[in-house]
Amino acid sequence: MSMISCDKVCMSYDKTKAVDNISFDVRKGDFLCIVGENGTGKSTLLKGILGLQKLNSGTITFSGIRAGEIGYLPQRTVVQKDFPASVWEVVLSGRQTKGFRLFYTPEDKRVARENIALMGIEEIKNKPFNELSGGQQQRVLLARALCATQKLILLDEPTTGLDPFVTAELYSLIAHLNRKHGVTVIMVTHDIKNSIEYATKILSMEHDGDFFGTILEYMKTPAAKRIFGGDMNA
Amino acid sequence: MLETFLQMFEYSFMLRAIIVGVLVALCSALLGVTLVLKRYSMIGDGLSHVGFGALCVALAMNIAPLAVSVPVVVIAAFLLLQISENSKIKGDAAIALISSTALAVGVIVTSMTTGINSDVNGYMFGSILAMSDADVVVSLILSVAVLVLYVVFYNKIFAVTFDESFARATGTKTKMYNTLVSLLTAITIVIGMRIMGAMLISSLVIFPALTSMRVCRSFKKVVITSAIVSVLCFFTGLFLSFAYSMPAGASVVAVNAVVFLIFSAVGIIKRKVS
Repeated sequence: MSMISCDKVCMSYDKTKAVDNISFDVRKGDFLCIVGENGTGKSTLLKGILGLQKLNSGTITFSGIRAGEIGYLPQRTVVQKDFPASVWEVVLSGRQTKGFRLFYTPEDKRVARENIALMGIEEIKNKPFNELSGGQQQRVLLARALCATQKLILLDEPTTGLDPFVTAELYSLIAHLNRKHGVTVIMVTHDIKNSIEYATKILSMEHDGDFFGTILEYMKTPAAKRIFGGDMNA
Repeated sequence: MLETFLQMFEYSFMLRAIIVGVLVALCSALLGVTLVLKRYSMIGDGLSHVGFGALCVALAMNIAPLAVSVPVVVIAAFLLLQISENSKIKGDAAIALISSTALAVGVIVTSMTTGINSDVNGYMFGSILAMSDADVVVSLILSVAVLVLYVVFYNKIFAVTFDESFARATGTKTKMYNTLVSLLTAITIVIGMRIMGAMLISSLVIFPALTSMRVCRSFKKVVITSAIVSVLCFFTGLFLSFAYSMPAGASVVAVNAVVFLIFSAVGIIKRKVS
């Protein structure tokens, strides 16, 4: 049963065609990596899934999931660089998606504490967000996304600007969420090597053609052969 | 000194200025945190110039000032928000366009009718005598509405300010909250500019937020500190203005500037120590 299915989706960015006739589906428990060069419309497609931008044509259908049940980890913004907010405030704000609240309920706080523990960031709970390292910030934003939902999280290039060690840590953390907690993951990334290690499915958006399928199938494509060398068939 | 302080409360015009001023200081400090963080600091400045234009027109047509300026500035706030979101003209440039146009209209209307008299001077640099009893009542109602709405939507405002795309993606109507903030800002500016002056009111929006951000590191602390700083600075400024016959608006800004410097120093020391 598909959780999200995209059918012949076309979208534009600044009036030029960015997403051209993309079809794929995501099932519960999948770990989908959307890979591809810059300017191939990866982030635009993500905005389409989130309902932040209209589709030119095609459809995206959801089943078993409602708007507001998608946890989102956007690219970090310039506003956040000098934004005074504690880790606790940021994580708790993920619970806003549960509807209007004058004050956060004890349940909200319990969920926030749980996700903070899950991300291993208890000791920085009261620290200011903008003074954390890149890796710590991503863990905080991941905890916030999990406060919004445990069903599906979308990540937009979460490892940009992180060193290889922290990147690997973040990948295994996301994989842990996917495998142990059954969180469905869609991730936009440049990092193909890590993607094929952790993802279950790949959507490759390249200027010369798109591909969607499992890791095994992806390794047989010309794009994969170009990157990994012809003899590597997974 | 104490005598002068107590004397301040004996004049009804001072009482009116204190009541309205403290409320405006409180509202603008709260909204200022969001505006500064969203890089909308200049919106306050732009709106106050629009307010100046509206007041000049009201004066020329002999209509109650608030009745004209509140709707005009609210419309301007909506326009500014729309322009900065949708069009090719960037937010800061749009503000400059609208504010200078409004200022021009104000000056033209004034020169064709009354000329630059003490009323117009009061609009530009504020007047402690500006508030009538009716103004106080209107200001009270509006300020209380601003405060209540801010407190009720505090958590949403945080979420939208910190990360608009996350909030929008997870189902928050961010546009509504942006509109709410600019509406509340417009109202606060119009009320405050009578005392502070069109040229100086934006400092009330920007200073307290920046001051408290020198020292505080969480959103809640910044908001609360801004509110306290803003009210205390307003009160001190008004007292100095009363005691030494200085212009009220300018005194409040000067006090804010001094407190900003003090907080900056404290912030630097605090970071060195930790």
